[in-house]
Amino acid sequence: MSRVVLIDSGGSNIGSVRYALQRLGVDAPLTRDAETIRAAERVILPGVGAAAPAMARLREAGLVDLVRSLRQPLLGVCVGMQILFEHSEEGDVECLGLLRGAVRKLPAGPGVRIPHMGWNRLRHAGDEPLLEGIRDGAHAYFVHSYGVADSPDAIATCGHGQPFVSMARRGSVAGAQFHPERSASVGARLLENFIR
Amino acid sequence: MLSRRLIPCLDVRDGRVVKGVRFRDHVDMGSIEELALRYRDEGADELVFYDITASPDGRDVDVAWVERVARLIDIPFCVAGGIRSVDTARRVLHAGADKVSVNSPALERPELVDELAAAFGVQCVVVGIDSLRDEDGEWRVRQYTGNPDKTRSLPRRTLDWVDEVQGRGAGEIVLNCMGSDGVRTGYDIEQLAAVRRRCSVPLVASGGAGAREHFAEVFRRADVDAALAASVFHSGQVPIPQLKDFLAGEGIEVRRDA
Repeated sequence: MSRVVLIDSGGSNIGSVRYALQRLGVDAPLTRDAETIRAAERVILPGVGAAAPAMARLREAGLVDLVRSLRQPLLGVCVGMQILFEHSEEGDVECLGLLRGAVRKLPAGPGVRIPHMGWNRLRHAGDEPLLEGIRDGAHAYFVHSYGVADSPDAIATCGHGQPFVSMARRGSVAGAQFHPERSASVGARLLENFIR
Repeated sequence: MLSRRLIPCLDVRDGRVVKGVRFRDHVDMGSIEELALRYRDEGADELVFYDITASPDGRDVDVAWVERVARLIDIPFCVAGGIRSVDTARRVLHAGADKVSVNSPALERPELVDELAAAFGVQCVVVGIDSLRDEDGEWRVRQYTGNPDKTRSLPRRTLDWVDEVQGRGAGEIVLNCMGSDGVRTGYDIEQLAAVRRRCSVPLVASGGAGAREHFAEVFRRADVDAALAASVFHSGQVPIPQLKDFLAGEGIEVRRDA
């Protein structure tokens, strides 16, 4: 049994999360196998690309209901986080509905460029074990054009013109809009908090 | 608030990092892994690896080193040079690169930008533009600048190309101002500011950095999102930690918690 597994949702640089876990000494297989996923202690749903194709790939692999029914801690990353919410405007697609809120296009404005690309500050929205050891205002690496403006499940926010949810958690389901695998020590600490 | 990014650019030839003087006489700088780690530890926000052998020779990028870098470092990196198809881009991204950058191949066949954006999303697609002011005062793009013998001037105006690639799906633009490249007298503020006014995606300044003041100037006056440099970082003339302290002191938002 693998302690941590990565759901193979097909995105382009999906291997990076796996390498980040290897740097922490954890070998997490990339899998679409329902039994392997169900048996794991921790499940990560990575994702690069767009919400609609990510949902379509989960559906083709027969994994939608499985992901919805997981009891062990689940962490979605970037688009993997977005599809944990109820709906995404990107491709007008119904998502997994495990986190409360909807994904919309980030508004551009004077000096606010889309995609939101680069290092931005995480603002804690309360006490949260996943954020242990991560300073309020620490920088994480973001690259995305869509996001969740507000959610009762937000545990950290961020600002790019408007505020948006940078991390969310509801029970055992959590998500990070930034890329922990590319967020230097801050990202490594988040992954460590999740897998320990 | 989004930080301004500092991006060292590493030229890669045959699996090693090299330094060239005006694209010639390359000197070995060390292994790719060693330099990638060094810059990561110094607080570089991102790295660009430019495969200088791939594009002029029509060769594909060797992805073995891309995967080694992806395993090693925990900051984003982009691979440039030799990417002329969705298939090659896919191999580079699957090896672990966060973005691919296209330049001459996009000028040969602009549809490449649309294809890359459709396949991987705009956030993976960087368009590099080499630009020089002509005698009539217009900035125009140059092609095949990796090899001085093959470099061509094109009739295409830089500002028109900036508009076009954004429409086709560029998620970021790197503007290399060739007139200031390698001379270390500062970024080409006038040109970068003109491109900034046309550019609603992130814009990266390239060419001309020689002192820490040049970085403050390009962020403040041209409002670019990131500044790319090679020789001032490689030589240690402008160490990244001190540069970030200086920029923060100037009121410019930078990431200092590496």
